[in-house]
Amino acid sequence: MSFLPYALAAWLFAVGLYGVVTSRHLVHLVVCMTVIQSSTYVLLLGIGYRTGKKAPIFSSAVPPQVGAVDPVVQALTLTDVVVSVTVTALLLALVIEIWKRSGTLDPDELRRKDT
Amino acid sequence: MSRRARLILFGGSVTILVALLVWGLTGLPAFGEFQGQYGRILNSTTQSSRHVGNVVAAVVFDYRGFDTLGEELILFASVMGVALLLREVRDEGERPRDEVRSDVVRAVGLAVIGPVVVLGLFVVAHGYLTPGGGFQGGVVVASGLVLLYAAGEYRAYRAASPSSLVDLAEGAGAGAYVAVGIAALLAGGLFLENVVALGTTGTLASGGTIPILNAAAGLEVAAALVLLFQEFLEELFEE
Repeated sequence: MSFLPYALAAWLFAVGLYGVVTSRHLVHLVVCMTVIQSSTYVLLLGIGYRTGKKAPIFSSAVPPQVGAVDPVVQALTLTDVVVSVTVTALLLALVIEIWKRSGTLDPDELRRKDT
Repeated sequence: MSRRARLILFGGSVTILVALLVWGLTGLPAFGEFQGQYGRILNSTTQSSRHVGNVVAAVVFDYRGFDTLGEELILFASVMGVALLLREVRDEGERPRDEVRSDVVRAVGLAVIGPVVVLGLFVVAHGYLTPGGGFQGGVVVASGLVLLYAAGEYRAYRAASPSSLVDLAEGAGAGAYVAVGIAALLAGGLFLENVVALGTTGTLASGGTIPILNAAAGLEVAAALVLLFQEFLEELFEE
């Protein structure tokens, strides 16, 4: 069963990519991109996990000798989440502008209007 | 390119991608048996060398503080991009009324705004001692303000977060992070080096520059999210 977290990450990536390729609506496309990005969270946290260990937060009750899961990948994931949220907002703002200018959010329709 | 051709092209390239992914993933350590030394060393030495308990916060705001600076600037640039795209010269007073009619939603929503904001500030303030931190707490603070719109009305939300103040907070959060880095240079250290006295482990006054950078990140994230909500909600009220 130890491959399941990695398989989940690969599946999320693939399913998001399929959504991007087949998308008929730009908002749907942006959401699919966030699904792809979620696969990186699962992969990073999955790699850093150590069986039986807890979060890397120590206090007088939990001394560092107890050990913990890897803190570096957790910090990377934190960064990843924040960037994902703001970049999604930026993409959605672009989508709003496209809607205002052309009145459609279907990528194929947009291409037809272009030519 | 037709839809069919696109799908065939996708089918071909995704097969190669999956093969590469499986090949790459089989080379990873088995789940639960990660042996990376960097994380192990940080876990065992952070408490004694940085006087903070939350190793993730120490990585974000100290050991890899420079990476977080880059991330803060991505956040800043994206939010500025949204403002640039969506902000227009608007008449501040001309907002339609949008009152919430359900008394229950109003009462419960408005009653929890205070506690939610306090919880957010708590999460920011204790971010390097317990689970939490500037990024997480900043989001909670912003969601408290958004409740003002969800349970109250848009005018109240605007009144509580005037653009001039939110823009200032957003810039100040990003600026403070850089300023701390430059201050370390002036103090004779390296850029973003932890040069402040480390204090007592387990108290709020510990960790040197970690609490300062943590607060700067909290301010920036809270302001960024309030600003994002504002810009998108403004779109709602345009006809």
